[in-house]
Amino acid sequence: MLAAMLGEAWHAMGANRLRTFLTMLGMVIGVGAVVLMMAVGQGAQYAVSQSISSMGSNLFILISGSTTSGGVRSGSGGAPTLTVADADAIAELPGVRAVAPVHTGRTQMVYGPNNWSSSTYGTTPSYLDVRSWSVASGYPFTDSDLRSATRVALIGKTAAKNLFGDEDPVGKTIRVGQSPFVILGVLGAKGQSLDGRDQDDTLLIPLTTAQRKVYGTPFQGAVRMIMVQAETAAGMPAVEKSMVSLLRQRHRLREGMDNDFYLRNLAEAADSAAETTRTMSLLLGAIASVSLLVGGIGIMNIMLVSVTERTREIGIRLAIGSRERDIMLQFLLEAIIISVVGCFIGLALGVGGALLANYLTDAMVVISGSSVLVAFGVAASVGVFFGFYPARKAARLDPIEALRYQ
Amino acid sequence: MGGALSPDALPLAGAPARSVPAGIGGIAAQSVEKRDAGSLREAHFSQSVIRVEGLHKSYDTPAGPFPVLKDVDLSIAPGEFVAVMGPSGSGKSTFMNILGCLDRPSAGHYVLDGRSVAELSKDELALLRNRTIGFVFQGFNLLPRMNLEDNVALPLVYYGVEREERRARARKMLQRVGLGNYAKSLPNRISGGQQQRVAIARALVNQPRLILADEPTGNLDSHTGEEIMALFDELNREGITIVLVTHEADIARHARRQVSFLDGCIVQDGPTEHHDDNPSRPPLVRGGVETPSPDKGRDGEGLECLE
Ligand SMILES: Nc1ncnc2c1ncn2[C@@H]1O[C@H](COP(=O)(O)OP(=O)(O)O)[C@@H](O)[C@H]1O
Ligand SMILES: [Mg+2]
Repeated sequence: MLAAMLGEAWHAMGANRLRTFLTMLGMVIGVGAVVLMMAVGQGAQYAVSQSISSMGSNLFILISGSTTSGGVRSGSGGAPTLTVADADAIAELPGVRAVAPVHTGRTQMVYGPNNWSSSTYGTTPSYLDVRSWSVASGYPFTDSDLRSATRVALIGKTAAKNLFGDEDPVGKTIRVGQSPFVILGVLGAKGQSLDGRDQDDTLLIPLTTAQRKVYGTPFQGAVRMIMVQAETAAGMPAVEKSMVSLLRQRHRLREGMDNDFYLRNLAEAADSAAETTRTMSLLLGAIASVSLLVGGIGIMNIMLVSVTERTREIGIRLAIGSRERDIMLQFLLEAIIISVVGCFIGLALGVGGALLANYLTDAMVVISGSSVLVAFGVAASVGVFFGFYPARKAARLDPIEALRYQ
Repeated sequence: MGGALSPDALPLAGAPARSVPAGIGGIAAQSVEKRDAGSLREAHFSQSVIRVEGLHKSYDTPAGPFPVLKDVDLSIAPGEFVAVMGPSGSGKSTFMNILGCLDRPSAGHYVLDGRSVAELSKDELALLRNRTIGFVFQGFNLLPRMNLEDNVALPLVYYGVEREERRARARKMLQRVGLGNYAKSLPNRISGGQQQRVAIARALVNQPRLILADEPTGNLDSHTGEEIMALFDELNREGITIVLVTHEADIARHARRQVSFLDGCIVQDGPTEHHDDNPSRPPLVRGGVETPSPDKGRDGEGLECLE
């Protein structure tokens, strides 16, 4: 019975190919759009979650802040208010797992005929802990390197590739500014940061070396920023509070004076970034769903036309003994076939489009099995939902009225 | 209406005494078991394929309800071959549609095969249309996009028959109506007479007890019409009850009983001449025998309608 009805539905659709095709096109575009947009959204979410996990967990960044002198405020990092001693003091606070003072800058590196400019961070060995960064080959520098301000460096993947090509950088000597540096190791890949910078385009050197031999500082011990890792996410508010009061005390800031440093809670920033992309991908999905809805309305429209056109046929069927549910099933099947076949084509196009986007651009586009399943389920329900009313209309026809219809 | 038809088609005008035999008087005249009319009626009641009492039908029109059938009573026993006649607009099709469970009466009883149709659900009505009744239309009503075999097999789809058996039975039916070689043709490839044969094959495919045909030869020339009627004769000989609307006397002569409608009433009910002198037939059962209330005279009704 069902097989016979499927055959008949196929027949009926074949009788009006162009119309069936155009109706299907609505579903194709709707499903294709949903799949593609969900892929884009999930790609964005994936990228964000990657950068969040590459950043390290439970992080604060303290940036040496504005000093107010004669009413003129310098921007953040404008004045070297934070010091290595501040970092050491923070490390003693309860709930703090690791602290890394960082001196940031950019340097020009030369190796043989190649030269390349990267962000160069002077920092302590604990920086790798704080950022949960591994050394892919070679080994990291140590506290003794820090004490004697040796010219050693860890190089990021991107910088290494640009400077060394396929050569192994470990043990090689490069020139940074005027000084020779020995590459101790190559850092593991990190990918993009939340603000879109390539974190692998980097060079890590001991903080002391940076201060004394590369950049030179206004006064001994000053750093641009301090990265602080709390032991737990739950402990972060308490750590934040105690850090602020510690630093205010150390910097002798009186009641009513502004902080001379900036504090950013990176966990919060990560949360809000993740939230933003989630919202964005929901929005994309919602916009795409509208086209699916339009496709569904198209099906309903055509099914209603079809019911009217085939009123007489329905009358004949009723006269030879079809029940209401037989007629209903017949029209419902047609609607479902249109939407499901359209859905398959749309899926193919959407997935193809996503793969093409991955191939042609850097943007990460992720197709998950669940989004495909969702699209399929939605399409089938669109068929049932928008096919139901026309099918019921057909089934409710009065046999004799339907037979009289010209 | 041709001159040849007038004696049959306008019986009241010509010979009122003869043309109203369906009443109680009819029983007396024929002296059929007169002493036991009550038990006879009972027997016929349970025996009837079709029993209609006090049937009314009016259509809703913008000008208010428009009565088309006015208090129609009729009984048809198994194996009968009844021709329904009457001028155009007298309510024959309306009557047939009600008999075929395609339409519902406004008032009155209709008992089909022992079941009161008014009490049946839509699905049960569909079942009756599928299994008990075969309906043949004037306009054939084949599905244009389906080949003949699929057209004939369609009732079996709703009967839940497997594909192979559907096909075999449809083929057999097509052969039976002489169209075995056309199974894969589309309806628009064959003549009207052939299409009507296919429609009859479709009506027969579920082996119904009853064939209802509303002017089955109306769209056909007289020769083709005769061929179709030969088919009906054959079916009737096999025991299928046939009720057939026509306004051609030649066609009506194939039936053994003739019921005439005029203005929504049955004005005449009796044997067709042709069959009356055929002794091999079993005695006819007259609609009038089953008239539920003896005091409701048919003469009065007929006259009323004539007014
Ligand atoms: N659906 C309808 N609505 C209103 N009037 C109708 C309808 N169908 C039939 N009639 C009227 O009922 C009368 C009987 O029609 P019908 O049963 O078709 O007669 P017949 O078949 O004897 O020619 C006609 O006068 C016709 O105009
Ligand atoms: Mg008619």
